[in-house]
Amino acid sequence: MPSDTLVQEPAARPPDAAAPPPGIISVQGLSKTYAGGFQALKNVDLEIRRGEIFALLGPNGAGKTTLISAICGLINPTTGRILADGHDVVRDFRAARKKIGLVPQEISIDMFETVWATVSFSRGVFGKPPDPAHIEKVLKDLSLWDKKDAKLLALSGGMKRRVMIAKALSHEPQILFLDEPTAGVDVELRRGMWDMVRGLRASGVTIILTTHYIEEAEEMADRVGVIDKGQIILVEEKTALMKKLGKKQLSLELVEPLARLPEALAGYDLGLENDGRRLVYAFDTQGERTGVTRLLRDLDALGLRFTDMDTKQSSLEEIFVSLVRKTP
Amino acid sequence: MNLHAIRAIYLFEMARAWRTLFQTIVSPVLTTTLYFVVFGAAIGSRMTEIDGVAFGAFIIPGLIMLSILTQSVSNASFGIYFPKFTGTIYEILSAPISAVEIVISYVGAAATKSVILGLIILVTARVFVPYEIAHPAAMLAFLVLTAVSFSLFGFIIGIWADNFEKLQFIPMLVITPLTFLGGSFYSIDMLPEFWRTVSLFNPVVYLISGFRWSFFGSGDVSIGISLAMTLGFLALCLIVIWRIFETGYRLKA
Ligand SMILES: Nc1ncnc2c1ncn2[C@@H]1O[C@H](COP(=O)(O)OP(=O)(O)OP(=O)(O)O)[C@@H](O)[C@H]1O
Ligand SMILES: [Mg+2]
Repeated sequence: MPSDTLVQEPAARPPDAAAPPPGIISVQGLSKTYAGGFQALKNVDLEIRRGEIFALLGPNGAGKTTLISAICGLINPTTGRILADGHDVVRDFRAARKKIGLVPQEISIDMFETVWATVSFSRGVFGKPPDPAHIEKVLKDLSLWDKKDAKLLALSGGMKRRVMIAKALSHEPQILFLDEPTAGVDVELRRGMWDMVRGLRASGVTIILTTHYIEEAEEMADRVGVIDKGQIILVEEKTALMKKLGKKQLSLELVEPLARLPEALAGYDLGLENDGRRLVYAFDTQGERTGVTRLLRDLDALGLRFTDMDTKQSSLEEIFVSLVRKTP
Repeated sequence: MNLHAIRAIYLFEMARAWRTLFQTIVSPVLTTTLYFVVFGAAIGSRMTEIDGVAFGAFIIPGLIMLSILTQSVSNASFGIYFPKFTGTIYEILSAPISAVEIVISYVGAAATKSVILGLIILVTARVFVPYEIAHPAAMLAFLVLTAVSFSLFGFIIGIWADNFEKLQFIPMLVITPLTFLGGSFYSIDMLPEFWRTVSLFNPVVYLISGFRWSFFGSGDVSIGISLAMTLGFLALCLIVIWRIFETGYRLKA
């Protein structure tokens, strides 16, 4: 039996090897070209820090799921190397995968199983001896305890998603991937899920989540990465990013169109649109003073009147667009 | 070895059969009874003996092989196809399990079910005809070997198939005809020269012949050749599976 070639037992890292990378996950030069020839990831480098919550943002088809799938062993990378807590995820897959829990984007569970059976099954598959106390804790944390004997087909969509999370947590992973964990989950449960994720982080688990909701990244993440067309275009501390992105626009529809901006308003970040019928003011919501009140007072003093006003925050799409434009 | 994983998958697969326990037992018992009514009683009364064995007893090994082959292939192919189909395979692929462990658990469960099935048929047959087993240990060994080989074969089909039609295709179009033409209900010595030669290219002939030898001490071909062919088929399946896991064929994009 050719078992020796099949089983790839972990090879010990030579003692003189270079110091392990700082991140708990280290992605180096990762590319993925699918069978059809489509390149979903282009030379991605990414370091995830130990113990952080990392939010991966990006439009549909950006490559978020592909990146996660490569790290977790669901797809074969075309080139590049991935280390999880210092273990190569291909060569040393046993040690690497033991540390990782994955909640995929799609809900896929055995509908005829009970909640308890399927979560216990996951723990076994990840090589852990049965531990009913731990399973009980996980189910209680996810408000699934009263459903433990229910068949999965009898659960709601949001409950099924929580079962997926319970499965991923069943083997006490140190690294948790959540691929759009809150899609299809109601607002209250979403809050609950965020609390749970924060609780996990407090217990030392590193969390990587993907999302389309900027509020979610804002609420949860320590750092944010943006991926677009298979390339990581930005990785930044959330607080720094929010400052950059925290711009709002005030639009004022003028009664009388202006040919040009009055001298008296030179101190404001103003623009004229729609043939001088609309005055647009950009301001920083994170700033000490937004300047809105003062601007309105100055406009009144100049006798400028307006028919309507409107404020809006940069949408996620606009943020992506502006980021792609900024990054060479 | 990730023994916890093997145990979890094996028990999960066995539980699937357990949930449908009634079908698992009733269908082979019913099928066997029907075969005995038709072949044993109706036709057998005119056939009397083959190679000095009463026809009723003569068809037992063939009957068991017929069920083992079809059930092994369908159980094992379904076992691995189903998670691919529902997407639950993600968990197996992301778990710290090696290819060998995946094969042991899925193929082990499918083969276990087939062996149990074979034994149920053996017991049911006793109700209709008296028989003795000349080499019980060899009989069991052949049973297990065949169940494992064809479960491996089914596993390959389950990975290869990307729709339900393909999943049914091989068992229906290949296994059943080969088994029927493999001497389940007759000795290939009874065929004309030409068809006897053609039959020798049918691998199932060797399985049934070897199995029959373990019952009655004689078969169509020598026991050594039977054993060699069975082991050869097993090795072939193992090599194919090894290639599948090495390339990630149809399991990983
Ligand atoms: N198995 C596959 N074969 C071929 N192309 C694929 C495959 N899986 C994904 N792709 C392509 O790779 C690109 C990235 O897909 P991916 O699922 O990683 O995007 P994503 O960022 O997760 O998007 P979403 O926000 O919609 O989940 C897409 O263009 C997709 O069509
Ligand atoms: Mg995705």
